[in-house]
Order: sequence, then structure tokens, then C-alpha cells
Amino acid sequence: MDVYSFFIQLLNGLQYGLLLFLVASGLTLIFGIMGIINLAHGSFYMIGAYMAFSLSTLTGSLFVAIIVGIVLSVVLGVALEWALFSHLYKRDHLEQVLLTYGLILVFEELRSLIVGNDVHGVAVPAIFNWSVPLTETLSYPVYRLFMSAVCVVLAVLLYLLMAKTRIGMMIRAGSSNREMVQSLGLNINLVYRLVFALGVALAAFAGMLAAPVSSVYPGMGTGVLIICFVVVVIGGIGSIWGALVASLLIGLADTFGKVLIPQAAGVTVYVLMAAILLWRPEGLFRRI
Amino acid sequence: MSESMLEARELHTYYGASHVLHGVNFRIDRGQTVGLMGRNGMGKSTLIRSMLGLVKPRHGEVRVCGTDMTGAEPYLIARQGIAYVPEGRGIFPNLTVHENLVMAARAGPDGRREWTQERVLATFPRLAERLGNGGWQLSGGEQQMLTIGRALMTNPDLLILDEATEGLAPQIAKEIWRIVGEIRAHGIATVIVDKNYAAVTAIANRNVILVKGRVVFDGDSASLLAQPELLHRHLGV
Repeated sequence: MDVYSFFIQLLNGLQYGLLLFLVASGLTLIFGIMGIINLAHGSFYMIGAYMAFSLSTLTGSLFVAIIVGIVLSVVLGVALEWALFSHLYKRDHLEQVLLTYGLILVFEELRSLIVGNDVHGVAVPAIFNWSVPLTETLSYPVYRLFMSAVCVVLAVLLYLLMAKTRIGMMIRAGSSNREMVQSLGLNINLVYRLVFALGVALAAFAGMLAAPVSSVYPGMGTGVLIICFVVVVIGGIGSIWGALVASLLIGLADTFGKVLIPQAAGVTVYVLMAAILLWRPEGLFRRI
Repeated sequence: MSESMLEARELHTYYGASHVLHGVNFRIDRGQTVGLMGRNGMGKSTLIRSMLGLVKPRHGEVRVCGTDMTGAEPYLIARQGIAYVPEGRGIFPNLTVHENLVMAARAGPDGRREWTQERVLATFPRLAERLGNGGWQLSGGEQQMLTIGRALMTNPDLLILDEATEGLAPQIAKEIWRIVGEIRAHGIATVIVDKNYAAVTAIANRNVILVKGRVVFDGDSASLLAQPELLHRHLGV
């Protein structure tokens, strides 16, 4: 592998990792702080991708589609938390798995009814539809750079939200003692509803952002869900910082695994997970 | 008759099948100090938790500032100006001392902001040295100071202290009692649950003794101290 191919793979790995982070950060918050195993989290990614397809076909602009899609996914998140997830906090993991697995089936069926089972492509927006030339034969698509930049900005904002704001303090405090937060006169239920909606919106946004490069297909949420659980477990459940580091590790391991040892491409990330868990059973980072 | 701050009327609370409170009446008025006593497992914490909305009583009524708030969300009850220092302290170990304090900051029910972080730190100089430390790094006494300081950040009219001196070295416990006296002198009503009956009766206007979920004594300190057999029988002293 020459230096340029290495560089391209490095960018691909980072970009994939950053995209995973958007989905995994919501998953780790919902799992680590609210205590809910949400198997339907990958569905939000799928819903986002399909929204990008339907809404951009409808409006003619991916950006408009993304803005409308974010609003819709926040509404979906608030509604789901209110109607279903808020009843799960005090229940055990089996019941959570049953409900959220059921939701996967419901979402897939609804998707099939509304947009059908075809695979779709979403066009890269015109202003990003060019490449940065690296050598005479190699170049790197600008849209992927744009995706990575957006993800980095969101990661920084998420970090600031959790570390520096009062809402972030409430979220973290709630993960250690929910009752005490309430006794201080703070409406933790509302905070959790917003956290859930934020997680849904991040996953859907990741799906929308990825639609032009990954295409849009039935069941696309499942693969993302599994890999994101790997990220959450490696990073340490509930740790945003851990999710970021683990996402990047997984992104790089997966990308370079496919290039360097293509025969074993399917297992590289799982071998990495096993190795990390042998070394640190609680994941790389403890809870926030 | 002075204004009632927090009141329980004929409260019956259950934990699953076990009947913990059997028709408890309790009342604290604005500016008062009430000692709540009784041996372990007699229902003191359950009474407090029922009044704060953390446990839903099966029968009876909870009135906060004269309004019926039975079964209300705990945060709504707290916003009426009630701060809680729970048994076992309940600091947030994953937040720094500074974060523990600022996350709780709130104007009192009447909009007053007497207790700021500066004032809390002036009251608890030990915390000022520990601002950047994680809650999990504090000693027991420091944790207790942080819990009380955090409660004061909400500018309460009533402070409920459940076993605030439990497990603390005598010197630290003494410091806590001094601060409780100071808080009381500011006109904040206090409910004090503590094993040290002498310290409680010394500052309480009224004392309530619970035995097996029933009130067996409700009166001022002088009349309680005049009945040593009551203290002996119900508190084992």
C-alpha cells in the first residue's frame, strides 16, 4: 500500500468511525444513563436514510430533507419516549428487549408499506459533488470530507453539552441518582425525554448524512445496530468519550481489516472487541 | 396559628405488602425546627419519603404550604421550597463538587437568591478547597457538607435532614450541628432525624417519636425530657 492509498483508507476509516459515533452516542446515552437496551436504535438510522430519500425526492434538496428530517425525528423521539420508553425504566432488560425488538419489526413493516422494499440511491448535493485530486489516478470525494467535518462538529457540541452545561450535569447526575435529582426540584423525566429524542435525532441524522454514500435499503439499521453495540461495549457503557474513541477504533479496524486481511474482514472488529474486553472488561472508559 | 409548611394527614404507606406507616399525622410550620425520632425501621425515612413524593402513600394526604400535593411529582414538591438531605447523603459521585452545587442552584419559591455558591463555600470552607474534586473523592464529612450545601443552593424554606451526622467523627458531627443551628437562625425550617436526642431536643421546637409507623409522642422538648421513661422505652436511651 502506497502512502496515498493509506491516506485514503485512513480518511475512510475515520469517516466511518465518526458516522458510527453519531448512532452509538445516542445508544450509549440511552443504555448507560437511562438504563434501556434499545434494539430499535438502528431503526432510527434506517428511518433517517429513508427520510433523506423520500424528502429529498419531494423537495429536490438533501439539505431541506435533512432539516425537515431532524424535526420529524425529534418529534418521533419525544412521542416514543412518552408512549413507550418511559414505561420501561423500571422494567428489566428482557421486557426492554421484547418491546424494542418488536419496534424493529413494526418500523420495517411501516417502511415497507410507505416506501416499499426497493433499494434507492440519494444524489450527492451538487456543491459537494466533486473530488480532491491526490495523484493522477487517486482522488477523495468532498462529500465524505463534509460528512466527517459535520460529525466532528457534532461530537464537540455533544461533549460541550454533557461536560459544560447544567442540562449535561443533570443528565450525568440522573445516571447516578435519579431520585435525588428530582428532590432538588429538577424535572428529570423531561430531561430524559429530551435525551431520548436527541439520541433518535442523532441516529436519524447519521442515516440521512450517509444516504448518498451508502444507498438506502431495507434492513440497513440492523448492521449498524450490531456494530454500535460493539462500540458501546468497547467504549464503556454510558461514556460519550468512550463511544467516540471506540467508534474511531472500529472504523479504522474495519476499513484496514478489509484492505489488509480481506479473508478475515468480517471478524476484525469482533476480534478487536474480544481483545479489548479481555484487557478491560468494563470497556475503555468508565461511566462518564 | 402559624403557616403550615409541610403536613401529613393520616398517612398510610406500604412497601409491597408490608404496611409501614399506620395513619401518621405530622406537621411543621414555617421557621420551626422539628425533631423526628425513633429506632431504626420505625418509619422515619418512609414518612419523609412519602411527604416528598418519592413513595406514594396508599391513603392519607400530603399538604405542602397548605395545598394538597398527595401523589405529586417529587420535583414539584421540592419546588415549593423543600430541600432534602437524604440518609446516605446522595451526592452525585460522578460530578465535581462545583457541579454538584451549580446544578442545584435555583431561586427560592419567593424568588430570593440568598444562598449562592460563594455563600455556601463561606459556610463550608472545606468545600472551597475541593471544588474541582469528584464527589467520589470526598470524605464522609465533606460529602455531608456538600449535600447540605447543595440543598441550600435551592434557597429552601424547609430543610429535611435525615441522619445527617450518622457515621461521622464526633468533631465533624459537631461542625454539622453548628451549621444546622446557623441555618435555623436564618429562618429556614428544619426537620431533623438523628440518633443524638440530646442535640435534637436542644434545638427543636417540637419532637415527634415514631414507633412501628405510629406517632407515640408529639410535643415540645421540655415535656419530652420530663418523661425519661418515654425516651428509654422508644429510643433506648
